[in-house]
Amino acid sequence: MTALLQVEGLSVHYGGIEAVTGLDLEVRQGERVTLIGANGAGKSSTLKALAGLVVPSAGSIRYDGVDLRTVPAWQRVGRGLSLVPEGRGVFSRLSVEENLLMGAYHRNGATGLYEELERVYGLFTRLHERRHQAAGTLSGGEQQMLAIGRALMAAPRLLMLDEPSMGLAPLMVERIFEVIRNIAEAGVTLLLVEQNARLALEICDRAYVMESGRIVLTDSAARCLDNPLVRSAYLG
Amino acid sequence: MDTFLQQLINGITLGSIYALVALGYTMVYGILELINFAHGEVLMVGALVALTVIQGLTGWGWPAPLAVLVAVLAAMVVCMTLGLAIERVAYRPLRRAPKLAPLITAIGLSIVLQQVAALIWGRGYLSFPAVLPPVSVVWGGVIITAIQGAIIVLAALIMAGLLVLVQKTALGRAMRATAQNPAVAQLMGVNTDRIIAWTFVIGSGLAAVAGVMVAAYYGVGNYTMGFMLGLKAFTAAVLGGIGNLAGAMLGGLLLGVVEALGAGYIGDLTGDFFGSNYKDVFAFMVLIGVLVFHPNGLLGSRAREKV
Repeated sequence: MTALLQVEGLSVHYGGIEAVTGLDLEVRQGERVTLIGANGAGKSSTLKALAGLVVPSAGSIRYDGVDLRTVPAWQRVGRGLSLVPEGRGVFSRLSVEENLLMGAYHRNGATGLYEELERVYGLFTRLHERRHQAAGTLSGGEQQMLAIGRALMAAPRLLMLDEPSMGLAPLMVERIFEVIRNIAEAGVTLLLVEQNARLALEICDRAYVMESGRIVLTDSAARCLDNPLVRSAYLG
Repeated sequence: MDTFLQQLINGITLGSIYALVALGYTMVYGILELINFAHGEVLMVGALVALTVIQGLTGWGWPAPLAVLVAVLAAMVVCMTLGLAIERVAYRPLRRAPKLAPLITAIGLSIVLQQVAALIWGRGYLSFPAVLPPVSVVWGGVIITAIQGAIIVLAALIMAGLLVLVQKTALGRAMRATAQNPAVAQLMGVNTDRIIAWTFVIGSGLAAVAGVMVAAYYGVGNYTMGFMLGLKAFTAAVLGGIGNLAGAMLGGLLLGVVEALGAGYIGDLTGDFFGSNYKDVFAFMVLIGVLVFHPNGLLGSRAREKV
């Protein structure tokens, strides 16, 4: 099976600082892949480059057979590439419902938008209760639900999530991961960046381990869970 | 009491115009955190274009109402194009530059536009033809002229339309999303450059209408007319809380009313020591007063969170 996402030799610089160095990564259709690593390993920079928010200094990104280098960030979501950004990035002064509608912005006027909205509300009943509230008034966990719901409104083929567990209470983390698993089971391809390596490895098929901007290990998630190096460094 | 009501009407008229212009400042600030100091000059261009078109058309014997309509549309088209060009040429290349660079560009642009206007229209005061019949409604001792009524009603309609656009449409949602977090807006598929361009186009359209209103109200147009008006409208925007649409409307109306009341009463209050020509002082006194006690303006949020 050909890869949905094929990254080769990706480098990202911020000024003179190199955040990502010669990264190779691939995600096949329907796969659940996680990118784990310590703080500052370059995971978020990688996702940002894939989403088009930062311009890579080298390397190629092929998605669905298309070279993404010439595709601006705003056109990528229309191709099914969605990123739930680090820190959620909800529009705090827009209402919950407006945030969700923003998720479907690129397919404005498409039919079935309200069915989609209902589906997301079905997934997160909390959001339905608070649909007219400003998103900034939600709790951290609710904002994460909103960010994920908003990404679903875009009908993604490849959903990239950046640290969905960050800053959430353990119970909320469990719920969020249950939702992520359900999304993947519905056929959405997943690229998950997480600091909580155990959770990520438990729901994913394959893992890449990143250290100082490089991939240092790639294996099936199950074997990573047993790998002594991974265990000592990331699973505590 | 009659003086009070009369000055209130005059103030609301003036304030409606300030509000329209203030909206242009506040929309651009909300999305780019840039004070577009060339905005007043866009208004001036709109006024002078309309003036020329009306003179030409009535000269050819067109009926006045039709000439005014065409003139307003012409002013809007010219100003929207100008706004689009300003954003594209002067501000977009500086999108990632330090904040001072576009600010200085804005001031430079303002001077350039004034001088170009001076070359086209000359430096004299051009009289704006009296297009509306000099009829007025007299109610008690208060006089509302046709032009005042037209300005107030039209401004109210335009502002209501703008609120609907910003609050209820997908374009408006995208504008607000871009203002709050441009990077995430892009992730949602928003072409933020296009949204920013739209913001300039809409603001410039409002300025064009306001320019025609001012020129028609005072009966004159001049290449420097945008400066003071722009400054007042900017004051109104800050007064209401810059970046906030309702704030710009409120600030504009408030400023107009304060100024008119100030002009009406300053002579009585100071034993004719100061005349109504000091009315401009009021605008800035109000600004200072509000900013001392409420630094973010009347409706401004306390701190703009930038995620």
